[in-house]
Amino acid sequence: MSVRGETRLWIAQRASAAVLALCVLVHLATMIYAVRGGLTGAEILARTRGSGAWLAFYSVFVLAVTVHAPIGLRAVLGEWLGWRGRSRDAALLLFAMLLAWMGMRAVFGVFA
Amino acid sequence: MSKWVALVHRVSGIALALFLPAHFWVLGQGLAMDAFLKWTEQPLVKFAEWGLVVLLAAHLGGGLRVLALEFLPWHDWQKSLAAAAAALTLGWGLAFALAL
Amino acid sequence: MSATLRVRVWRGGAEGAFREYEVPRRESQTVLDVVTHVQRHLDPTLAYRYACRVGMCGSCAMTVNGQPRWTCRTHVDKVAKDDRLEVAPLKNLPVIRDLVTDMREFFDKWARAKGQFRGEKKRSDDFARISPASERRKLVDAAIECIGCAVCYSACDVAAWNPDYLGPAALNRAWTLVNDERDAQQAARLRAVAGDAGCHSCHTHMSCTDRCPKALSPTAGIAGLKRAVAAAALKGGL
Repeated sequence: MSVRGETRLWIAQRASAAVLALCVLVHLATMIYAVRGGLTGAEILARTRGSGAWLAFYSVFVLAVTVHAPIGLRAVLGEWLGWRGRSRDAALLLFAMLLAWMGMRAVFGVFA
Repeated sequence: MSKWVALVHRVSGIALALFLPAHFWVLGQGLAMDAFLKWTEQPLVKFAEWGLVVLLAAHLGGGLRVLALEFLPWHDWQKSLAAAAAALTLGWGLAFALAL
Repeated sequence: MSATLRVRVWRGGAEGAFREYEVPRRESQTVLDVVTHVQRHLDPTLAYRYACRVGMCGSCAMTVNGQPRWTCRTHVDKVAKDDRLEVAPLKNLPVIRDLVTDMREFFDKWARAKGQFRGEKKRSDDFARISPASERRKLVDAAIECIGCAVCYSACDVAAWNPDYLGPAALNRAWTLVNDERDAQQAARLRAVAGDAGCHSCHTHMSCTDRCPKALSPTAGIAGLKRAVAAAALKGGL
């Protein structure tokens, strides 16, 4: 990849990190609230089903993860496994697509 | 100290990246939610949930440290960020443990 | 504190082994004193480097008990546990023999990072006027004292993991030039320090900042390079 491309990856990584910092804080707080409340499946779904706001929030969350996780793994694969070049980037693109597909399927499963 | 926080940040990132597809798959099951939630009552699963929260908090703590080092003008107190990141992780981990 | 020190010293090249020597302990003894004693009195075939022996040149940098340090400025009392010491060549560099490493790659990377000044004024032009109190000059001054000893490079995990990584010293020097208003190759330099071989591979372990004998912070400089490169990329200038 060119240095211009690698710079763009760095920018995308830091931007998605900032988005995720907010999303994770909300997510962790929500999970602690849900666990403390001892919510059942029905109760959880009652609050989430049809909620446009939660759908939007978790869609943004999934999108940010789809950008952030593969770029993070890219450094690990290169530095710890010595895997560099086009094949690494192709594999990571596939992983990103997998995360996006499964993530949005989950989001619609819980919030739609 | 910074080196260890960075390594924890990396390892937690790898663990989360491996966990997420499974997490998404389970959530995508939709109709099987109640059966799944029954399964999560087990103590081993509770422990794993706590582990995941700690991983997430560790990764967030380490990540905030990186953002502070890279985007804020340099100050000597930034060397203590590693300690701050570790503290944040422990804090969240404890909060979740108490909630369980 | 006993009367003798047991010192393990690396002998050989990349393939080799530690050999143990017994060295008399003396007051205010430095690790360089110990290595010198071995070579002069116990084994004249030991190869090692030093020059000023007073903490100015950086030539005597070696790995002492696993950490890169200037041996002339390392008191044995501070590092010897149970009267034992282990001395090895600097990490992340090819070993020529015993405690001597091949520094060429270290300096080649310095050049690849465009770590050299290039001005465009002529002899007939007036001097550049730069206030030492200006923000940019302060950034330069905070990083300019590097003497190229390679302790930071030897401490760096990324330099160990990624053979192309330019390393903290080269990037730190590039940072001083990025902030030098007189320099004429800014665009080329930003391109040179960007990417997987450059600043973007720094994962802020801060081993360089921890170990630098001149208390410099390459981490700070590299963070500055990340910001400068990103700004250039966003403006379409990379």
